[in-house]
Amino acid sequence: MTARDLIPIAVLAVLAALLPLVVTSSPVMNFLVFTLIVALGAQGWNILGGFGGQFSFGHAAFFGTGAYVTAILQMRYGVNAWAGLLLAAAAGAAVAWAIGFLSFRSGLRGSYFALVTLAFAEVFRILANATPVTGGAAGLLIKLEVHPANLQFADRAVFYWLVLAFVTGVLLLTRWIQRSRFGAQLVAVRENEDAAKALGVDSLKVKLRAIALSGAVTALSGCLYAQYFLYIDAHIAYGSWISVELLLAPIIGGVGTVFGPVVGALTLHGLGELAKQFAGRIPGIDLIVFGSVLVLAVAFARGGILGLLERLRDRGRGLVARGAKEVSHAGR
Amino acid sequence: MLAVESVSKRFGGLMAVDNASLALEPGGIVGLIGPNGAGKTTLFSMISGFVAPSDGRILFEGTDITGEEPHRRAERGIGRTFQIVQPFAGLTVCENIAVGAYLRHARRADAIAKAREVARRVGLAAELDRPAGGLTVAGRKRLELARALATEPKLLLLDEVLAGLNPSEIRDIIPVIRGIRDEGVTILMIEHVMQAVMNLCERVYVLAQGRMIAEGRPAAVCADPRVIEAYLGHGAAARLAAEGAAHG
Repeated sequence: MTARDLIPIAVLAVLAALLPLVVTSSPVMNFLVFTLIVALGAQGWNILGGFGGQFSFGHAAFFGTGAYVTAILQMRYGVNAWAGLLLAAAAGAAVAWAIGFLSFRSGLRGSYFALVTLAFAEVFRILANATPVTGGAAGLLIKLEVHPANLQFADRAVFYWLVLAFVTGVLLLTRWIQRSRFGAQLVAVRENEDAAKALGVDSLKVKLRAIALSGAVTALSGCLYAQYFLYIDAHIAYGSWISVELLLAPIIGGVGTVFGPVVGALTLHGLGELAKQFAGRIPGIDLIVFGSVLVLAVAFARGGILGLLERLRDRGRGLVARGAKEVSHAGR
Repeated sequence: MLAVESVSKRFGGLMAVDNASLALEPGGIVGLIGPNGAGKTTLFSMISGFVAPSDGRILFEGTDITGEEPHRRAERGIGRTFQIVQPFAGLTVCENIAVGAYLRHARRADAIAKAREVARRVGLAAELDRPAGGLTVAGRKRLELARALATEPKLLLLDEVLAGLNPSEIRDIIPVIRGIRDEGVTILMIEHVMQAVMNLCERVYVLAQGRMIAEGRPAAVCADPRVIEAYLGHGAAARLAAEGAAHG
């Protein structure tokens, strides 16, 4: 990775880190923390779906696993919350690897893979709703004990910085993937699996690595969700709402790009909040906004917002170049 | 270097390849010709690991590789191109070739350097930063060749790299193929362009209806009555000979 690869990430991280010094209102901080948690999970989705081209409709399976593992370890076994964070990520990776192994070994791709992941997430949701260890339908409460060791901070800003640190870390990870052999092979598998195999790419291994990484990152976001809101149940943790959120953000922002998931999550939730402000009495207005933005993105901005910006920039450059040529012609 | 021993492939009731054998010594260019539907591409797919033979075995440098995955064979040094070109359309030419180069170069800088070098060799140096989807047919064929070369193969399987090219493009690419041979890569090529086969190949195998019907120097094989009949139908060889005698 070169300085040019890292500077945009550093700039974004520093600017975002300064935000709590300006914004102090707690609804806004809540909004930012939640949006960043979604962005983190979406970054996980983007590793597998964006770079690997394996569209999962069931990333709730990893989000929920992260949330439940950390909550159960902490509440039932007294495991330290920070250790729980790491264990949750490991559990997410393991679950993802297992799902990947079963589906990729049987050669599932495209919509079949999407449906299988959706089915796995639903199975987890039903199991979590029925077994005692997860608290069943009553869900799980994490005890409010404000102490840094419990990942609970007196100031919301600290949690915001924590989530931001993870998001930044995954931005760096994604950039590394983009610049590495693993990333090149992953994208090759996305573009044409047979051609990749002929060039010596072990496509099963590459896809399994991608899904494990993806599962770990998304599990982290689930874990942070549980730690911030201190309550989860089967519908929150394994519900299809989160699967949809996690794939919507990268698709809107720019699938298979480093910043796409973050841009997408901010745009979606920003617009959703605005809509709620202006038409708060209409229930579900934010969902209507999500739907409209998705339709617009699919119809007019293949490659998402970042793809659109890039095209506009190229067109702008073209205009400038043409303008310069005309000027020089006129000069003659 | 490569030995295909009595290999067969059945697709349901169809014998695509029927008890075919083939042996390659290191170095040189060997052709695989035959009428459409003879099973040439199926045989290639079995050598490169995309199709499992129903019967028979395949040895590469003395090792039985019959059951190995395609990527393992690529690691061993078997490179292939596809008859229907398969570019990674969303990537640039350079990134396409780099995927092949990563097989033997883990570092990005090394892989890119290798990709540039290969691009120069096949005449794609000017297109490095263009999206692969935007290449012409001739460009895509060169890209197929470049990607396979970037894996640094010992044996290169070329599946109709000249098909769809015009005569001047063919003239341009023949020296490239010869150059690859001169660097010590063994080449097995499926080709319909006979001018190129005559020009390039030291030896050819002829496959018809799944069976290996002839093998030898190109000129001798083309005069073989069995080969003429495979292409032109039963009795064609006798008719041609009669006509030749009448004209003579």
